[in-house]
Amino acid sequence: MTTRIVELRRGILKKNDELARGLRARYAAGGVLVLNLVSSPGTGKTAFLERTLKELRSRGSRVAALVGDLETDNDARRLASSGAPVRQINTHGICHLDAEMIDKHLESWDGVELGGLDYLFIENVGNLVCPSSYDLGEGIRVALLSVTEGEDKPLKYPTLFNSADAAVITKMDIAEPCGFDRTLALKNINEIRPGIRIFETSAKTGAGMEEWFGYLDEARKTKGA
Amino acid sequence: MHELSIVASVVDTVTESLEALPDASKGARVLQVRLRVGVLASVVVESLEFCWGIATEGTSLEGSKLVVKTIPVVMHCAVCDADVKLEGVQSFRCPRCDEPCSDLRQGRELEIESFEIDDEAGLEKAGNEEIGVSG
Repeated sequence: MTTRIVELRRGILKKNDELARGLRARYAAGGVLVLNLVSSPGTGKTAFLERTLKELRSRGSRVAALVGDLETDNDARRLASSGAPVRQINTHGICHLDAEMIDKHLESWDGVELGGLDYLFIENVGNLVCPSSYDLGEGIRVALLSVTEGEDKPLKYPTLFNSADAAVITKMDIAEPCGFDRTLALKNINEIRPGIRIFETSAKTGAGMEEWFGYLDEARKTKGA
Repeated sequence: MHELSIVASVVDTVTESLEALPDASKGARVLQVRLRVGVLASVVVESLEFCWGIATEGTSLEGSKLVVKTIPVVMHCAVCDADVKLEGVQSFRCPRCDEPCSDLRQGRELEIESFEIDDEAGLEKAGNEEIGVSG
């Protein structure tokens, strides 16, 4: 038997990573800051995004959103009420969005040009595991968790929280009845991603949203978008 | 559960590389594929192994072994000015000085390191088929 070893040293997600690099260059050329929102199902990504889109629009920012779900266009319809262009991506069972899906949906998005946007939000499929492997070319990856999920979520899903650029705690308006231990949650996020910016928000009351908008504005400037 | 698509991508890449090898004999079989998977790669090794048999069926990789090398997390600690290995992923602090670290140097790898082929198996098999010998 003649055996031999062929060295390959190739990234398994090379195709995705190459596409993501291309997307990142296109976002930069269009001057748009792209954010990838990742959380478990039920954290409140859509409510948070709805408020974000509405308020950014009222401040004169040009915003759009791509929304990933396994099935249904419920979230897209809900977000479209903000007046911003919103496009649903149905993954039909796939547990994450990948760069190819983003590329395809951007290409065929009538009336939306990257150059005409300030912010593009990508709401990923509700999942705290798989989306962390797939680069979408985003400028900022946001990990969200709600006060109802337990303060140890970052410890349970370190791969996602460690790869995030910002963390958003949602549903702060019900923190107290839920017995949410804020200090512990902040400590756990910081253990996994030391120094990360954390926003404590409520899409219902608007709490914490000003800091979030300040961060977005700053990020757009520093990232040269 | 994106392990099946990851495994499918490994099978495709190895198949393409095998076909592109200028000096590989026709019908050469893959015996083993070696992966490097970081602790922070969001991949469950058992799931990769579970999918391997199904994904390789009917390809040159059928019957091959999947060997996964787990890559630990290495951070650069600015205080110690050194690369330090983390024992777990529950706390991103320097194990030497206990300061928080965010400068990740290793641990997100998800790559095919190499694969091992048996050229002769291909030649023998091709030869046997020509003269109608089975097994």
